[in-house]
Amino acid sequence: MLGYIVRRLALMLITLFGISVIIFVLLRIVPGNIVDILFDAAGYVDPADKANLERDLGLDQSMVVQYLHWIGGLLHGDLGYSYVSEKPALDEILPRIPITARLAGLALLFSTAIGVPLGVLSALKQGSRLDYLLRAVSLSGLSLPAFWLGLLILMASVSLFGTMPLYTPNPQSFGQAIAIYCVPAMAVGFRSAALVMRITRSSMLEVLRQDYIRTARAKGASESTINFRHALKNGMLPIITVIGIEAAFLFGGLIVTETVFNIPGIARFLVEAIRWRDYPIVQNLVMFCAVIVVLANFTVDMLYAVFDPRIRYTD
Amino acid sequence: MATVNYDIELRRAGANATRGWRKYAFMASRHVLGTIGLVIMVAFVLAAIFADLICRFDPLSVDSVHALAAPSAVHWMGTDSFGRDVWSRIIHGSRISLAVGLGSTALGGSIGVLIGLASGYLSGWIDLVFQRVIDILQALPLLVLALVMTAALGPSLQNVIIAIAIPLVPSVARVIRANTLALRELPFVEAANAIGMGEMRIVFRHILPNTLAPLIVLATAQLGSAILTEASLSFLGLGIPEPYPSWGRMLSESAAEYVRVAPWLVIFPGIAISLAVFGTNLFGDALRDILDPRQRG
Repeated sequence: MLGYIVRRLALMLITLFGISVIIFVLLRIVPGNIVDILFDAAGYVDPADKANLERDLGLDQSMVVQYLHWIGGLLHGDLGYSYVSEKPALDEILPRIPITARLAGLALLFSTAIGVPLGVLSALKQGSRLDYLLRAVSLSGLSLPAFWLGLLILMASVSLFGTMPLYTPNPQSFGQAIAIYCVPAMAVGFRSAALVMRITRSSMLEVLRQDYIRTARAKGASESTINFRHALKNGMLPIITVIGIEAAFLFGGLIVTETVFNIPGIARFLVEAIRWRDYPIVQNLVMFCAVIVVLANFTVDMLYAVFDPRIRYTD
Repeated sequence: MATVNYDIELRRAGANATRGWRKYAFMASRHVLGTIGLVIMVAFVLAAIFADLICRFDPLSVDSVHALAAPSAVHWMGTDSFGRDVWSRIIHGSRISLAVGLGSTALGGSIGVLIGLASGYLSGWIDLVFQRVIDILQALPLLVLALVMTAALGPSLQNVIIAIAIPLVPSVARVIRANTLALRELPFVEAANAIGMGEMRIVFRHILPNTLAPLIVLATAQLGSAILTEASLSFLGLGIPEPYPSWGRMLSESAAEYVRVAPWLVIFPGIAISLAVFGTNLFGDALRDILDPRQRG
């Protein structure tokens, strides 16, 4: 087990190293750096000033030196400076994390609380009208773009209440706090809920076909014991996988949702930084995102061993 | 790998024909939702092909007199802030969605197939290297990788296709690799080897055709997410550039500020995206049931 974990950690490091190289190179082949953008806006500027600024930002050095500088800093907790605000990148990124984390947490909570029970229901009533309805709803959840769902919610709230749930850093009341976090969380979590529901349904159906379910029924176990103690518990593994993967990949949905609801989290910040070619912010945010994905995958694998004692990772 | 005899399966299911249009009619009656999905997909393809015949207005022509007109008999879905006809833009937008969807699925799928075959059949260090590359590509959400790539390559139709194709590679490569590993051990591959058939020929003539079923199922699922990702990229202003009528782009122009004054600018492009993706998802689900019965739920 220990050997397996060490090997996994080593692979994680290789993956993160690969991501860092790819992102770094991708950002440097972008036509036009921040200096060009700033100077284009200002019209004609002395080439000497431009060279000075490039030197200040370290853009005149070779790519390898720039890369080593970045990674070296990263390992010391120094993420460099934002080109746009000129503040340390860490100070720009850290305050935005809790906002996005709250949204992501609520969205996952929502998708699990909705997806698992409805998936179980759908499986138990397989072939019924309710099952068809639930499957259509879950399929539509996978088809609706998160940003459109957000816009529809805004529209509905305008026509019902005459206002939109706009983000404020200090909500005045509990109700407002609910509105500014839960509404976007539901908009982004709808897709995950649909996914969780589908997996729960197919996993339950798979387990319900097993011999030990028939045995349980034969020995007179009640339906609820069979459904929950025997079936759902044994069907949890794929469900955990999906929730874990969704936790890691929620970032994609959050990008558009934070943009629609005007929430100053890190997901929207990534888009802004890309528009401004703010390399230090973009590369660090992408690395952050990769670390979350890699850790989530690792956690899911470890949870496997916890939930299914048959799984033992050998060296 | 158990191969499925579709003719026997069909007879067992109660079909009275295993070929011709009656076979398809039977399958359509068994998979109503999938048929609906297919009809939606065909409708979008036809709209893309005959866009010029369907629309009365040019999707790009600006008419400031009739800007932000509500839906009427003339402008079925109203006009946007430049006075462009929304219906025409949505119909022409299907060309972009289809081009990006099919283009990136085909490109990503082909790269994935080549990597999967190479890594499954050749094994060794090639497999190790490709496995790490796939790990790396899978460590970022689709939209994040596509965003950074479009930013790097610059906004154009071609670059958006590439940016969406690359993140689609890993799942195809994984499925093909797993299938190749299983197929490689089967007697027919051994026989092909024994009669001295070349490696390339074994891989492309014998192994690849046997991985088609899961590949088609996966590609249909990816088509939907490719269309969604293009819409998201364009919505964020980093996808298809102006003035091309991309559905996502139409929503970004119309976003929040038009929610109050011109709801038709928000509603119709969103319906177009959702319907197109819903159609591919319905069809993809039915295909999975038919081609990959082991996954049937």
